[in-house]
Amino acid sequence: MQHLKPAKSFALTAAALVALTGVAMADPDPTAELVIDGELHLVTRAPSDAITPNLPERYSGWLFRESDTRAMQMDDFENPAMLAAEAGADLWTTADGTAGQSCQDCHGDAEDSMAGVRAGMPHLNADGVLWSMEDYVNNCRTERMGAEAWRWSGDEMTSMTSFISLQSRGMPVSVQIDGDAAPYWEQGRDMYYTRYGQLELSCASCHEESYGLMIRADHLSQGQINGFPTYRLKNAGIVSIHNRFRGCIRDTRAETFAEGSDEFRALELYVASRGTGLSIEGVSVRP
Amino acid sequence: MNLKAVTGLVVAGLAFVGTAVADTAPADVVWEDDVMVTASLTGAPGSAEAGVEVLTQRSQGNCVACHEVSALPNVQFQGNVGPALDGVASRWTEAELRGILVDAKHMFPETRMPAFYRTTGFIRAGDEYTGRAANPETFGPLLSAQQIEDTLAYLMTLTD
Ligand code: HEC
Ligand code: HEC
Repeated sequence: MQHLKPAKSFALTAAALVALTGVAMADPDPTAELVIDGELHLVTRAPSDAITPNLPERYSGWLFRESDTRAMQMDDFENPAMLAAEAGADLWTTADGTAGQSCQDCHGDAEDSMAGVRAGMPHLNADGVLWSMEDYVNNCRTERMGAEAWRWSGDEMTSMTSFISLQSRGMPVSVQIDGDAAPYWEQGRDMYYTRYGQLELSCASCHEESYGLMIRADHLSQGQINGFPTYRLKNAGIVSIHNRFRGCIRDTRAETFAEGSDEFRALELYVASRGTGLSIEGVSVRP
Repeated sequence: MNLKAVTGLVVAGLAFVGTAVADTAPADVVWEDDVMVTASLTGAPGSAEAGVEVLTQRSQGNCVACHEVSALPNVQFQGNVGPALDGVASRWTEAELRGILVDAKHMFPETRMPAFYRTTGFIRAGDEYTGRAANPETFGPLLSAQQIEDTLAYLMTLTD
């Protein structure tokens, strides 16, 4: 009977997770390991803490996707988001605006200067205002380069945020939520539990109470943002964090908030903190 | 008054009786014990066949987004956020099921199930799935009185 052991213990682990989430995942595999190009191991299951009292464990959205989508993200040649990151790398070294400067001219190599930036985003700026990565990018463009601001979810911006996020790949999400960040975090938490729209569904209705379940053709995840920006096969393009929030709120038959609004910055901080300890995957692949 | 005008008035009067008077408006639904709605919202029984459309069409109730119904094996992508609807008519009375359809929060206060026949009390109600604010002039319930009765007629066929 010795030879049966590995298979049996695998089944038990899966069953234990199923018991936790209360559901059987057919194709999604709660025990899968996310390894990029056979070398970089990413953390997709992290312990819960006081930030997420209602989650037994934190799970990356990657675990909830089907095996072909998961595989695509494990291979940088297959991952379509890498094209956006490459376009971002080009923009990094391209001079623009009246100052005739590029990002590289001030920040040097992104591999060094941008490592860890995504993991701590969003964070307070020097004036104590909560900013997202897009705000920092546009501030450099308008204030330092004399260039025009990019649209929040336009191609240039999503390419740049993909490139910058990639420099934090594998680092654990770790955002500041205390001190001057606390009021923003609390605003975001209130939003997370607000039942918006004519369907009266909160983020928690779907991503805390129902993750692992099917809502029509979609397998609900915990709605984590550690994988963003993400390449959505359905849109054939990069989706920003605020764009995803907008879509989810719209789907409750609600009047949504604007990308780049104060509300979405606050929500971004709160949702980021719910993913504390998960690896930054930027850039991920989703169906 | 010529004959044409008189007929016009009669027709208008009939149309009025046919909709506004016979259909119970969302605000006028009468609850018993806070969970049951005994009277038909249209004053007549619904059609189970039309009810299947309400259950399965995305543009209508889209109940299968959250519920499985074994009796509809050809309907793809049934969700499981809510319990399977198999045998619901053996678990609940018609009046209870009507109440659950009109506003499930009466029966299940914290439920994720939307209220299908209520028009007030929403936070940032939208104009359908556009993401824009709802127009208070045209804002209506998710389903019409007729659609509620049709859905109910179908649910009543789901016995153990
Ligand atoms: C009506 C159900 C529903 C509600 C309410 C909802 N979402 Fe989602 N959300 C989904 C579905 C379906 C998906 C796609 C599958 C998945 O990843 O869960 C999704 C995906 C996401 C993702 C992408 C996760 C990934 O790994 O790619 C994020 C982030 C997210 N939601 C955040 C939110 C936030 C924040 C709110 C509240 C403002 C919210 N959602 C409200 C249904 C919902
Ligand atoms: C967004 C999810 C969602 C949608 C859409 C939805 N429901 Fe539900 N429904 C639920 C949940 C969750 C429950 C369990 C009640 C609770 O919260 O305890 C439920 C309960 C029920 C029950 C009681 C079932 C039982 O076994 O006790 C009936 C009947 C029902 N729903 C019918 C419908 C019909 C018909 C529609 C469409 C017109 C519909 N539901 C749409 C989520 C949903």
